[in-house]
Amino acid sequence: MNKTNRNEILAILIMVSLFLLVGFGQSWSLSLSILNMCIISAIMSMGINIQWGYAGIFNVGIMGFTALGGLAAVLVSYSPVGEAWRVGGIGMIISLFLLTLTIVAVFFINRIFRNHSYKYWIIGLTIIIGLILINLFFRPAVQAIENVNPAVTGFLGGLGLPIIFSWIVGGLFAAGVAFVIGKIALGLRSDYLAIATLGISEIIIAVLKHEDWLSRGVKNVIGLKRPVPYEIDLQKTDWFISLISYLNTSKLSRISDSIESEKLLNQLVIEGSSIFVKLSYMILFTIVLLFILYLSNKAQFSPWGRMMRAIRDNETSANAMGKNVVKRHLQVFVIGSAVVGIAGAMMITQNGLFTPSSFLPLRYTFLIWVMVIVGGSGNNLGSILGAFIVWFTWIEAAPVSQFLIELFTSGLEDNNNFKLHLIDSVPYFRYLIMGSVLLLILRYRPEGILPEKIRHS
Amino acid sequence: MVDLLNALIVLLNYIFIPALSYGSQLALGALGVSFIYAILRFANFSHGDLMSFGAMMTILFTWLLQSYGISLGFLPTAILALPLAIIATILFSLITDRFVFRHYRTKKSTPVVLAMVSIGVMFVIQAIVRIIIGPDDRQFFDGQKFIMKAKQFKQITGLNEGLAIKSTQVITILVTIILVSLLFWFLQRTRTGKSMRAFSDNEDLALLSGINPDKVVFITWLIVGALATVAGTLYGLDKSFKPFTYLGLVLPIFASAIVGGIGSPIGAVVGGYVIAFSEIMVTYAYKKFFIYLLPKSLEPSGLVQLLSTDYKFAVSFSILVIVLLIRPSGIFKGRTL
Repeated sequence: MNKTNRNEILAILIMVSLFLLVGFGQSWSLSLSILNMCIISAIMSMGINIQWGYAGIFNVGIMGFTALGGLAAVLVSYSPVGEAWRVGGIGMIISLFLLTLTIVAVFFINRIFRNHSYKYWIIGLTIIIGLILINLFFRPAVQAIENVNPAVTGFLGGLGLPIIFSWIVGGLFAAGVAFVIGKIALGLRSDYLAIATLGISEIIIAVLKHEDWLSRGVKNVIGLKRPVPYEIDLQKTDWFISLISYLNTSKLSRISDSIESEKLLNQLVIEGSSIFVKLSYMILFTIVLLFILYLSNKAQFSPWGRMMRAIRDNETSANAMGKNVVKRHLQVFVIGSAVVGIAGAMMITQNGLFTPSSFLPLRYTFLIWVMVIVGGSGNNLGSILGAFIVWFTWIEAAPVSQFLIELFTSGLEDNNNFKLHLIDSVPYFRYLIMGSVLLLILRYRPEGILPEKIRHS
Repeated sequence: MVDLLNALIVLLNYIFIPALSYGSQLALGALGVSFIYAILRFANFSHGDLMSFGAMMTILFTWLLQSYGISLGFLPTAILALPLAIIATILFSLITDRFVFRHYRTKKSTPVVLAMVSIGVMFVIQAIVRIIIGPDDRQFFDGQKFIMKAKQFKQITGLNEGLAIKSTQVITILVTIILVSLLFWFLQRTRTGKSMRAFSDNEDLALLSGINPDKVVFITWLIVGALATVAGTLYGLDKSFKPFTYLGLVLPIFASAIVGGIGSPIGAVVGGYVIAFSEIMVTYAYKKFFIYLLPKSLEPSGLVQLLSTDYKFAVSFSILVIVLLIRPSGIFKGRTL
């Protein structure tokens, strides 16, 4: 067994033992919910690893792509609101048609007047005329849609399909937006792309917050359908109750009183149902994770992956060898963003609700970057490991720092102002930990915990 | 005629003056980003949080001065606290440079790695600010709030519309003018300023002609620390100090710097005003303005607002994209590597 394999096995062992620790120490339900979020984060960081680790693209718009995935979950699974479609559907379709028309017109003008200095004026004029025309149909339609039962719906709703399809649709949404951004910003300087993606992610969130007809805005969409059974149904299902009683036979048989044992069984069923639901999510997520891991590893060690590495390490010489650098960058940017979109759809599926105002860049963009860097850029398993470690730290940082603060300030009295202030600021120690971890890794182990494997074949 | 005046006052009150003060804050922020970019050659994502650190320092010193009973009468005490806060922020940024950024400079890391490092610094500063002062809203303005109240203006002129001038707005604009002119004087007329410009233009040539790079970097952090503190404090005085808003300022600041031409000081200033004016002009509801100008029959029914205020970011971003597409080097030719 060589050294790299040993590191990988060690990494997997660390991940497993972390969850066993929480499972035995705190509760299995908590352990599983951390694990599920870890898997989702792992998929996001794999998406970023495809961009950064394979091709060296610096994308700071992860939050936006995640939110697009979430939007897909809403649009696919929510049942259509017939009334809203009746009153505003035609207006919306006409506006969409006009929008497409404007874009096509701009595209052609750009092509026909390629060498004219007044090109931009014509394009600007076309866009303004297009916007005025669109608004003619769009505004009344929006008004009508948002007035349909605003307390419950007030938006167009979705397609009413099983939510699991949204994982694919979320990927497609993110890919589409990534294509547009990439067309504009790739080929410029690398930090310009960073700023462009930062901007687009803020705009996506602003649109989701503000366009009530599309996503209900800050009123949030709740009660999305699940791909797994509901706890409340499970608790009434016979086979589940018998499964629980079978698993706990020894515990139940120890109690002789039938009423008492009935009570205990009831409690076990309630606990078990929550764990069962999380376990089913875990299985679904793990399938996606392994699938994406397999594909990305396959891609990384294919000729395509070698070409990407060549472009990343020396753009000029790759260009000289006849590789179309801008096109490859666009390709890898779209693929990586699509993976992030899939993870976003999965996250909203698990939460069962879509709240645009909960998307914050620190949590959804910069934290994912810490995961990629800590795990090891260019190594897919490393990204997964990084996601597990970082998300675990993020969750467990608060109790741990609370414990540490109490330990260090135990000499002080309980009403000491300094101690109280420190205890109040416990939630912010996780920022400190994340920042320090990122800085330390970048400084002392820039290749990450699991470095990139370069297979010479 | 009176209607026309009223309409103009509406524009002045709701667009021109707020945009001028917001633009000054952006310009100061963008100058900081631009300086880092020109001399240290990376996009500093932690600049917004350095501003919040500076503003926090000002607040702490303001509280200290207030506890001694020192105040400036009708001016806010924060002005007195500002120099102290600047020193503290400069010290802090020099420490960050010494322990974080210097390593990558000597290693000659790529700009992207340094940008990543600045994200780590951003996390740490956010934690420090939140741990020291907490995440809540802080008002630290004292002294006289208005130079001219809307009511007073109405009484003096007899117009329907009032023009309110907040003292923070005047302070912001005055401080910006003073600071920017000092900076330009420094860059154009002093030996150190010239060496900094030389360093930004061509590092190797500057080194060959005997310019001490450590000194240039040191001066850069002095300027950046001062600019960030002033910008952060002015923003906090004008609105109110909330730690999380400063992360959101990063985008308009970068937009200003790029639109003006990143690395060019004059560009950063112009870019700041371009972004501020367009953000406010596009998201302002012009209903009142048109009511004064148009005859009654043509009065607008809606708000006459091009975009809702939620799309502020979209405006600065669209300008950014347009500039990137048409003139990637910005209005004033900035650095294009």
